[in-house]
Order: sequence, then structure tokens, then C-alpha cells
Amino acid sequence: MIALTALTELTTSRHNPLVDPHLHIWEWQIPVYLFFGGMVAGLMIIAGVRLIALRPQQREALVCCTIGPLIGLVFLSLGMFTLFLDLSHKLYVWRLYTTFQVTSPMSWGSWILLLVYPALVSNALAHQPEAIPSLAKRFPILVTVSDFILARVQWVVGIGIANVMVGIALGIYTGILLGALGARPLWNSAVLGPLFLFSGLSTATALLHGILVLTTPDEDRPAFADFLLSSLAQLTQARPLDKNVGPVLARADNGFLTIELALLGLFLLGQLTSTGIHQQAASLLLTGPYGSVFWVFVVGLGIVLPLVLQSLELQNRIRHTIAPAVLVVFGGIALRFILVYAGQESHWFQL
Amino acid sequence: MSRFVMVIDTRRCVGCHDCVVACKTENSVPEGYCRDWITEEVHGAFPTVQLEIRSERCNHCDNPPCVSCCPTGASHVHERGGVVLVTHEKCIGCKACLAACPYDARFIHPDGYADKCTFCIHRAEKGLDPACVSVCPTHCMHFGDLDDPEAEVSRLLNSRPHHVLMPDAGTKPCIFYLT
Repeated sequence: MIALTALTELTTSRHNPLVDPHLHIWEWQIPVYLFFGGMVAGLMIIAGVRLIALRPQQREALVCCTIGPLIGLVFLSLGMFTLFLDLSHKLYVWRLYTTFQVTSPMSWGSWILLLVYPALVSNALAHQPEAIPSLAKRFPILVTVSDFILARVQWVVGIGIANVMVGIALGIYTGILLGALGARPLWNSAVLGPLFLFSGLSTATALLHGILVLTTPDEDRPAFADFLLSSLAQLTQARPLDKNVGPVLARADNGFLTIELALLGLFLLGQLTSTGIHQQAASLLLTGPYGSVFWVFVVGLGIVLPLVLQSLELQNRIRHTIAPAVLVVFGGIALRFILVYAGQESHWFQL
Repeated sequence: MSRFVMVIDTRRCVGCHDCVVACKTENSVPEGYCRDWITEEVHGAFPTVQLEIRSERCNHCDNPPCVSCCPTGASHVHERGGVVLVTHEKCIGCKACLAACPYDARFIHPDGYADKCTFCIHRAEKGLDPACVSVCPTHCMHFGDLDDPEAEVSRLLNSRPHHVLMPDAGTKPCIFYLT
């Protein structure tokens, strides 16, 4: 007896660009924007926590984190520029700021981005002389402003709290932006918010960790590379760093990576235990066209390998290198690229 | 109050594309784009295979995700008939509405803004049928006010079995297909 399989075949005469044969409206600009947004969120939270939770002596040890808000300003501007590049009706971008649409995550995001700048600028101004002393020597007004802020404890705490709160809002928003689009089953998960937040925290920590490793003199490093990197360190005239700072960042990064891995697991679990449409969407990542890239670049090289390397570094079994930091940053980029591209391919037709 | 809906008889539709041509002509839809289209769905197992031919477009949903996700308010529900429209001068071309629509009914107009079927609101406000409905050679398409119990669309939906597209998406579409 031959079992007959029910057939469903759809033929359409629609042929709209960017929509058919499947949605492909968002190219590299959006994942890059989401990556920079997450990274800035992480830098803000780290810089904010440093102000709120640490005693002055501990703050001094984590002086490398003062560069975070300055880098954040650059990355935020780059991210907003790539977002602008994605708009197809660019001259009307100002319309974002003539209204607030309470149901639109993008409207929330555009207003949150306006709060990010003052929070980052105030944090950067407070610590600019520590972050780039040569610039402070050239422009003494920066020292005056910094002293003015740091002399007021309530201001310092206020800046710290503002950075943490706006940072959390920004990090979660980058995930909710996709998660609120129910028409794309792969994105339709509230876990994307915390997942992107912790991914942003891990990439931001990795960036600071990488800068720390690069700007620390190293006898084993090839002479030419060491000359270049120590010149960079001299340019910023960074203070001698506490040897404990590297392990602190590595330990924090391991914590963020572990939470990110758990959230990624919960995200996939939610999809696999949901409707057939969601299971079909999850298969895009697990076994489908994005499967190999997802497992190798996001899970393997982006999370698990740096987690293992940093654990071995913390146990002093291997040397402290920049490799885990580089892997984490590229893993963060890969996560956003894959989710944005695969999500657009997921749809409500069950095949 | 009024609620404009479209009722399409899939037993009469032959997929001639007259509705598509009429829409492109009436609304000056640019070459290479379409606001409405024909879909042929074949389902079942031999020998009980069924073919349904449908004229599809924006469903002007009662719960439109394209409106709730719009960051500028460009996508909105028109006060007359609950029709979902786009104000071109407010649209920034972020494409969130395209991603939010489970029917993929929207596209980006070459001038940069999001575009889609308007139920020919400029005609409906004058009491005329949309262009696609007015040219249909098999009279399979019907347009009217669902809030009027005497309207042809209300009578058809009360008397014939019908379905909407992707009801599980929760958008409450306002185009009904008679089966």
C-alpha cells in the first residue's frame, strides 16, 4: 500500500523587491546597529556600576573602564549612522522626534538613544583626565569640569545610576526591537531582550579586556608589535595597571557568557516547544541553512571557546592573551547577523 | 461608524489578473511592484486535490501590527471604514511595518516610503468600489460596510462558509474568502 502525502503548494504572482521570494529588507546595517547598541549598553552599565558600587581605591584599579564612555560615544554615533543608512526615506528621519508612539519599540528606542548621549557625555567628562591624560593636559578646562563633577558625590552616584538604567534599557531594546515583530516567528520571543543585553555586556567586557591586554607591555610579544602597542599606551599615558584587573574582567566576562549561553538555550527551548511554525523557524538555526554558521561562529567560537580559554587563564594554566576577547566580540557580531538574516526568512507558512 | 471589508468568492475567481492591472492603473503603482496579486493554493492528496485561486492584498486588519510598530505614526487606521493607510510624508522608510506584516502585503515604493493597498479610499469615500472590484469580469469580489447588516458583504458572510488568511497570526483580517 502506498501512503499518500497531503500536498500544499502555493503559487503567487507577487514579485515585490525586498519582499519576495522571502523578506530581505534589512541588510548589514541593522545587525551592525544592534551590535553597536548592545556594546554601548554594556559599556554604560560597566562604567555606571564602577561609579556606584566600587570604593575610590577599587575605582582607581579599574581605571581602564574610564575609556568605556568615550568609546561608547564613538560606537553609538557609528550605530546611529548605520541605522540612518538603512532608512529608505532618509529626509524624513526627523519625524521620529515629532511624536512618541507608545506601542512602537522603534519609537521607544529613538527616544532612549537621545538619553544615552547625555548619560555617556557626563560619565566621559567626569573621567576624561583619567582616560586620556594627554588630552586633559592640552585642554585644562577638562580637568576643571572633571574636578567639579567628582567633588559632588551625589552627582557621581546620579551619573552612575543614569548610566546603568539607560544602559539596561538600551540593551533590552535592541532585542525587543526584533522580538515584538510577531510576523517573524524566529524573532517572536521575549528572551531576545535579555539575550541581547547580556551579549552586549559580554562584548563590552571583552573590548575593555582586549584594550587592557593590548596596552600592557609584554616581553614575549614580538618587538615590533610591542613597540606599536606600548606607543599607544604611552599616547594615552595610561597609569600603571593593577595586575588584578585582567582577571576581574575575565571573570566578569565568563559570568556574562554563561548567562548568554543559558538565555540562548532558553530562547531555542521556547521555540522548539511552541507551535509548528516556531519549530520550523528554530530549525533555520539548528539544522537549516544557518545551522553550521550558528553552531560554529555563535555558539562554538563566540561563546564556548572563549569561556574555556578564560577559565584556563584564570587558573593560570595558559597565558593571558587577547584571543578570548576577539572571539567574544566577533561572536556578538555573528549572533546579530544570523538572527537578523534568519528571522527575515522565517514566516507563517508551514511547509 | 463603518467597517469596510472585502469578500472574495474563490469559486468564481479564475485568476485573470484584471484586478492587478486595474490597481496598477488606478494607483500608478510603479513597474515591478504590485499592491495586489493572485495566489493559487493547491492542497490535498490525489485524487482529492483542491485548487483555490485568490486575489490577495493588504488585509486592513482590525488588529494591524504594521500600525502598532510604526515609530512615527505614518501607518494609521483611517477614521472612515477602519482602512489601514500610510502617510507618505511621515514615513521614514525604516521597514518595521514590512517585517510586522505576516501577509508581506507591503513594499518600499521607489520614492522611499512604505506602500500598499488603500482599498482605493479615494474612490470609497465617493461611494465607489475599489478599482479591482469594479473591473472583475466574474464579479467574484465584493466591497462594502460590514457594520451595515443589509450590505451585500454582510449577507454573503452570513450565508456562505468563508475563511481569512492566517487567522492564528491574531491580526483579525478584513478580507474574507468564500469557499
